[in-house]
Amino acid sequence: MTDFPGTTGLIFNEPLLWEKGKKGRTGFSLPRRDVASYPLDESITGDGPDFPDLSEVDVIRHYIRLSQWNFSVDSGMYPLGSCTMKYNPKTNERQASHPGFAGAHPLLPPHLSQGILQLMFELEKFLVEITGMDAASLQPAAGAHGELAGMLLFHAYHKSKGTPRSKIIVPDTAHGTNPASAALCGYKPVPIKSNEQGVLAPKDVAQVMDEETAGIMVTNPNTLGLFEENVKAIADIVHAKDGLVYCDGANMNAVMGIVHMGDIGIDVLHLNLHKTFSSPHGGGGPGSGPVCVRNQLEPFLPVPRVIQKDGHYLLSIDFPQSIGKLHAFCGNVGVLIRAYSYVASMGAENLKKASQLAVLNANYIKEKLRGTFHLAYDRPCMHECVFSDKYQQIHKVTTLDMVKRLMDYGFHPPTIYFPLVVPGAIMIEPTETESKENIDLFIDSMNAIANEAKENPDLLREAPKSAKRRRLDETAAARKPCLRG
Amino acid sequence: MRYLPHTSEDISEMLQTVGVQSLDDLFSSVPQECRRKNELNLPPALTEWELNNHIDRLAGSMAVSPEYKIFLGAGSYDHHIPESVSYLLSRSEFMTSYTPYQPEISQGTLQAIFEYQTLTARLLGMDVANASQYDGASSLAEALLMAVRITRHNKVAVSQLVHPNYRQVIKTYFAPSGYEIIDLPYSQNGTTDLSNLDNLEDLAAVAVQSPNFFGCIEDLQAVGKKARNQKALFIVCFSEPLAYGMYKNPGSFDADITCGEGQSLGIPRTFGGPALGMFAAKQKYVRNMPGRLVGQTVDADGNRGFVLTLATREQHIRREKATSNICTNHSLCALASSIYMASLGGSGFKELARLNYDKCEYLKDQLRKAGYSLPFSQSTFNEFVVQFPEGFDTTYQDLLQKKIMAGLPLECYYPELPHHYLLCVTETISKEDMDRLVGAIK
Repeated sequence: MTDFPGTTGLIFNEPLLWEKGKKGRTGFSLPRRDVASYPLDESITGDGPDFPDLSEVDVIRHYIRLSQWNFSVDSGMYPLGSCTMKYNPKTNERQASHPGFAGAHPLLPPHLSQGILQLMFELEKFLVEITGMDAASLQPAAGAHGELAGMLLFHAYHKSKGTPRSKIIVPDTAHGTNPASAALCGYKPVPIKSNEQGVLAPKDVAQVMDEETAGIMVTNPNTLGLFEENVKAIADIVHAKDGLVYCDGANMNAVMGIVHMGDIGIDVLHLNLHKTFSSPHGGGGPGSGPVCVRNQLEPFLPVPRVIQKDGHYLLSIDFPQSIGKLHAFCGNVGVLIRAYSYVASMGAENLKKASQLAVLNANYIKEKLRGTFHLAYDRPCMHECVFSDKYQQIHKVTTLDMVKRLMDYGFHPPTIYFPLVVPGAIMIEPTETESKENIDLFIDSMNAIANEAKENPDLLREAPKSAKRRRLDETAAARKPCLRG
Repeated sequence: MRYLPHTSEDISEMLQTVGVQSLDDLFSSVPQECRRKNELNLPPALTEWELNNHIDRLAGSMAVSPEYKIFLGAGSYDHHIPESVSYLLSRSEFMTSYTPYQPEISQGTLQAIFEYQTLTARLLGMDVANASQYDGASSLAEALLMAVRITRHNKVAVSQLVHPNYRQVIKTYFAPSGYEIIDLPYSQNGTTDLSNLDNLEDLAAVAVQSPNFFGCIEDLQAVGKKARNQKALFIVCFSEPLAYGMYKNPGSFDADITCGEGQSLGIPRTFGGPALGMFAAKQKYVRNMPGRLVGQTVDADGNRGFVLTLATREQHIRREKATSNICTNHSLCALASSIYMASLGGSGFKELARLNYDKCEYLKDQLRKAGYSLPFSQSTFNEFVVQFPEGFDTTYQDLLQKKIMAGLPLECYYPELPHHYLLCVTETISKEDMDRLVGAIK
């Protein structure tokens, strides 16, 4: 029998922070007091926060125990579609925590911050080259922030032409953040459906594209893991009405060194540095969502921008058409350093190889599991493939049951019930950093679960059994919210 | 390449399974017209050791303490960070995990964020805090948008003493919607002048920052009263939450929303990011809040556990009707601040706040004795404004040569304040450093 990584071991219980501790303890080395105490205005001073007092040992043990209740990329495979949970290189952490960077105040004058400005300048150039766009801003703090930046750029562009627009086309295969980002800019999303092949048809775009419509938001490769093969024709239709094409670049990991986003008619594209460019997800962030644009949108990019003048780097706000600032300072610089470190370590050849291997891994899984699970679109996929629970429904077993059981085998579940166009979707993105052995084990686990669905479906319905907690009552949590202790 | 595990045998076997000849053939669905015509043009890949040298050189050019004495806050503060914070944060299980959508195997992150929400709510004196926003600026922008949704009014009044960069970000967020931002001027004592407020109508919110950009403590009692008279939400913003270790928190003045920047709670400055957007509100507004929330529940065995909850507010469920488009937030930064707050404890937090205050008062005292004017009389925390004589710009540059940064020149943000500088003193600055600064200015 295969030795799956999932098992059980001694996992500790741990109370909430304020259920431990005792007044009089501390976990902090209070700096020496070398000045006298000054009088206070008692009318505006308070009692200070009601925090528990803990020793350093209390704090360390508390969080180490909590950490052991988490799954992570460093402990196992995370085939989470559209999230690109690739390995996070350790050298990136060393570079980002360098005291020269970590200790740098954001308002240092340029002559005292040349190093970080040079890094940001060069990273912009890297991202521009990798995407095939003309200019970039590193300021957006996350993917959705990058989308917002993109929509603000659309808005500024049409406003500058004296023809502000009110609608935007959003396909059913787009990420969930897209409509929300568009709405923040006052755009009414116009949904369109993908065709039987899982991609957009130019005629469907032509039908809704008009002079009230700012443009279209496409995700390419889309959330079915398919390349939008008509993207160029679609861009032509949108451009003919002076609309703009936004590409959600969350899936850029499939096409580095392969697709030139500028040549296929994309006007704005955001990247997720915490996906394609290997910075860690941190349990939900911080990420970074740079926006890359074609020349005609460059004047509108957020300020400040890093510029080079007489061999020196400067932060400039002298861009009168700019949409303005999106972040208090220059964005998530710590994440930018990690992405820079990644590109510098990989080089052109390995970035392309990464995309090729990501696509190879996904297609391999698709071929190996196609008999066992229903394949939503039977076509060559890019970096992810989408199955459904159609074959397992006769056993009264759902996608949710199957992926919860996957935890017991030692794997993180894939993305489920997304994209919405596939009922009971199971969206698998292995990424390039998983070896053939790991992928084979994952495939064996999925096959074993499909057998269990037939033979012992209760195992799935009751899963997971070896995690810290069994299934949680999410309905009760929402009905009577307890959001603090 | 050490991150790519495939051997050539692996690749051949896998290609065979897929049924294609080469890696290039995998991309048959990408039309020729969409392909790159040239290979990527990037610098040659560096070895781990070459990269270390390269980064050492870049980072070595930065002016940082202890070599430099930086008397500069303005929204980014230098505080000692206990080694335990950095050590715990580097745990792979926190650092390399995803958003906790699968609660059974994410209880570590979920409990830690539930604790963060609790400590944040207690610090700010509010009912409920979310799991984080990007930074102080985006937190305030989201707070104002939330007030617009709740009140259905489309005008907000924002103090000129809110961090100038935050105000820039608000403008960007508000530009397409056409919502109006009314600037509230400041008065002679360094706090917001509220006299204009009485003449305004249909306000969604009144927002002030305390301590404000000049370091002064706002009269939150008065602001709250004016906001309520206008039936507008009362929003308090902050960039230095350590101040609430000593001063009354916004909740004690019945603020509706409190939001701001949490960088000073155990997060390195890193040239301004990643930082931590803190966001808290009254319970009655919880369903209008942006961002993720962690809630307590039980599992199938009845054991206490935690899940992401009230997701129907969020973009992936509500789409264009969501309360915000935020998805990825600053979870790891929230964790850092939690570990920091837990390490200090209530007693330590209070003591550290007092030490910041006393150090700052010492420098104010020394500058006054040396004959410089401190134009704003209102109480401050660890930052304050000083007016230097004309021609101080040259001294400022001389001091930079001596590796002392004597605060932030305010003129580029407030043209009416030439020769005014914003100085900051935290516990990382010693009495000796301050004496040296005052001596060097003379």
